[in-house]
Amino acid sequence: MANLQSDFVGIKSPNPFWLASAPPTDKEYNVRRAFEAGWGGVVWKTLGSEGPPVVNVNGPRYGAIYGADRRLLGLNNIELITDRDLYTNLEEIKRVKADYPDRAVIVSIMVPCEEAAWKAILPLVEETGADGIELNFGCPHGMSERGMGAAVGQVPEYIEMVTRWCKQYYSKPVIVKLTPNITDIRKPAAAAKAGGADAVSLINTINSITSVNLDSMSPEPSIDGKGSHGGYCGPAVKPIAMSMVSEIARGADTRGIAISGIGGITTWRDAAEFITLGCGNVQVCTAAMTYGFKIVQEMISGLSEWMDEKGYSDISQFRGAAIPNVTDWQYLNLNYVAKAKINQDLCISCGRCFAACEDTSHQAISMSEDRVFEVIDGECVACNLCVNVCPVEDCITMEAMSPGTVDPRTGKVVEPEYANWTTHPNNPSATAAE
Amino acid sequence: MTQSPFSPGVTAGRLDAEEYSSNFSDLHPALDPHEALVAADRCYFCHDAPCITACPTDIDIPLFIRQIATGTPDAAAKTILSQNIMGGMCARVCPTETLCEEACVREAAEGKPVLIGQLQRYATDHLQAQNVHPFVRAEATGKTVAVVGAGPAGLSCAHRLAMLGHEVTVYDARPKPGGLNEYGIAAYKTPEGFAQAEVDWLLQIGGITIEHGKALGAEIEMAGLKDTFDAVFLAMGLGGVNGLDVEGSDKSGVLDAVDFISDLRQADDLAALPVGRDVVVIGGGMTAVDAAVQSKLLGALNVTLAYRRGRDRMNASRFEQDLAASKGVRIMTHVVPVAVHGNGAVREIEFEYVNADMSGTGQMVRVPADQVLRAIGQTLVGDDLPALEHGKIAVTGAGRTSVDGVWAGGDCAMGGDDLTVTAVAEGRDAAMDIHASLVG
Repeated sequence: MANLQSDFVGIKSPNPFWLASAPPTDKEYNVRRAFEAGWGGVVWKTLGSEGPPVVNVNGPRYGAIYGADRRLLGLNNIELITDRDLYTNLEEIKRVKADYPDRAVIVSIMVPCEEAAWKAILPLVEETGADGIELNFGCPHGMSERGMGAAVGQVPEYIEMVTRWCKQYYSKPVIVKLTPNITDIRKPAAAAKAGGADAVSLINTINSITSVNLDSMSPEPSIDGKGSHGGYCGPAVKPIAMSMVSEIARGADTRGIAISGIGGITTWRDAAEFITLGCGNVQVCTAAMTYGFKIVQEMISGLSEWMDEKGYSDISQFRGAAIPNVTDWQYLNLNYVAKAKINQDLCISCGRCFAACEDTSHQAISMSEDRVFEVIDGECVACNLCVNVCPVEDCITMEAMSPGTVDPRTGKVVEPEYANWTTHPNNPSATAAE
Repeated sequence: MTQSPFSPGVTAGRLDAEEYSSNFSDLHPALDPHEALVAADRCYFCHDAPCITACPTDIDIPLFIRQIATGTPDAAAKTILSQNIMGGMCARVCPTETLCEEACVREAAEGKPVLIGQLQRYATDHLQAQNVHPFVRAEATGKTVAVVGAGPAGLSCAHRLAMLGHEVTVYDARPKPGGLNEYGIAAYKTPEGFAQAEVDWLLQIGGITIEHGKALGAEIEMAGLKDTFDAVFLAMGLGGVNGLDVEGSDKSGVLDAVDFISDLRQADDLAALPVGRDVVVIGGGMTAVDAAVQSKLLGALNVTLAYRRGRDRMNASRFEQDLAASKGVRIMTHVVPVAVHGNGAVREIEFEYVNADMSGTGQMVRVPADQVLRAIGQTLVGDDLPALEHGKIAVTGAGRTSVDGVWAGGDCAMGGDDLTVTAVAEGRDAAMDIHASLVG
């Protein structure tokens, strides 16, 4: 049986599934329940400075995007950091960590961008015995208007500066949580690395308005007829998160820094995908908020079963395995030629491939009187849209053409050699192949 | 309850009030809004969808389902009703399992089609519950059309003609409009007075006058209609019933299934309706199944549906056959009646088993029966009709008969299955053809 034990920058947990800093980790009661359910670690909901706690709105905090049967695909929120007293949180963290020494307990922190503020809170956190801290440089709403959260995360110089303070005043691992509300995710990651961060975690939530009420003309969630952009999360953001993770994993200035993957992780498979893109562990929030803490059991059994099937005994054996295959467009093999193939035994004749191809693509699917749909190889550019819109798994597949055969669309022989845009004759700045 | 299912003979009040009410409640309860959204979401929005092709009225099913899925059921209803003005009734009585839902690609994929019939009902009920009529009449043409029969074909034709600006007079022999929707369909398919409510809603278009108690060949004549109106549409259905031509068929307790169903539909109190303890229905069509199932629901102890061929040859759909079986109706196949026995009233009916080619086997079987319901086909009645073909009015194109200015559709005309939806399509198409000839 696969070993799911996780060692993330020296922080050990029985599995790589942590709960992200968010409502589910706001207090001792929830965190104890999470650990009982099997979560490997938690990042405690973000603590602020000593003094009167922040206040939250007293109306709806969440908005949602649904798929079929009200399946929640995306969630946004306008909740702020913990609205409970700092010392209450610290005492609870200390108690929980003492009772669950094998689990990871990370404390998320967000205080003003001043050295004194960090210097004040870090010893208090150190004293709880927690395993590390996560710097909340990502929260996109409310706190950012006060110069914290994403307002820091969007300025690489601030990130580096604050990270440095944390490494100076705190002895355990420092994880910097990044906001995706930025043009190039590698810049803040590089800043964190330069500041001495042990790891980055990403993504935090994305600026979003989930919907507009067409009667009241208010964005949702609506507070007395007004709305504010919230942070978007859930399954819908996973592709964005994975792309950003991969950028950091392979970036020249960021390569090698430990990554805690966050963003729409809902099943073991999502977690495995993030790990193949270089994540040392993953953090989950929306899935737990949708289904409860029990989902971690499926994540544990699923990841374990898949690892056994693949012969992996340890997570590190496949961590980053997909990174060598993430490349720039210009390096993709232009001599690779594929054609769509429709399995007539599986086809249910819905015609969606035809509508998509005929109306919006390359007119490469024919339709007969008796609703037989066939690919016209002479027109097919292998765009994959038919595969994507087909409601039947594996009914349409992309089949690579063998080298030496002739592509009926171009009339050219499929070449066996790899050749990309950098050497393509149509490229004005092409360099001669060596 | 003084009687019980065990009481011999033909008697009323076999069940208690709650049983009657539960037995004759809606066969398919209406979808609630969430159920409708879930059901609608299963539609793949097929290209040139097979369900549309399978629908005799060519309703744009993927479009109306998408309109439901996006929260606009009234727009969905308009999509349906613009093709089929009796979309509400068809949603209830169509054998969808052999039409749109059989063609649904999800039937091919999973054996579970999109619930097209129930979604259609959801949309049409949503609109009609607001008593909204979404169509308006065109400018008056000054033309008049007579429609004979206020059933699905007649009303569909009348509505379309009225919408196009013509003045329509509908004649019907019965005291209420609706035809088989009102008199001939199982009660549990259209409970709570839906048939009349739908007619009332349909007539909101205006320009349609219905005259009841006017039967062709009695109160009205073909010649008179032709003289008075610019066009005539015949849609009086099949008024006659095939007899049971065997020894003893004149005994009391031997009835026509259509009369049994009609009495049931018009009854104010189901407990007052007599039904046999042992009922035998002869036939294999929808009428036979409706009669058999409703006999059972009225409290008959043993109900047998006797059909001369195999189940695969029955006109009743597989769904209807299974419905009958699930209600406890016994289906006997490959039997033809040879005699009705009894002393004044029927006591037994005797059948001979027959081969697939209808040749007798010589083997006889007697089935206890205190009520025998004949459902072995209906016939066209009337004189002075246009030319006939196989006992029905011959038509070409959109219901044109051998007589200029006279169209026909529905069960009285050749062509198409004898279904409500087919009748609606024929009425609509004839109306378009009449319109073209009147204004062309």
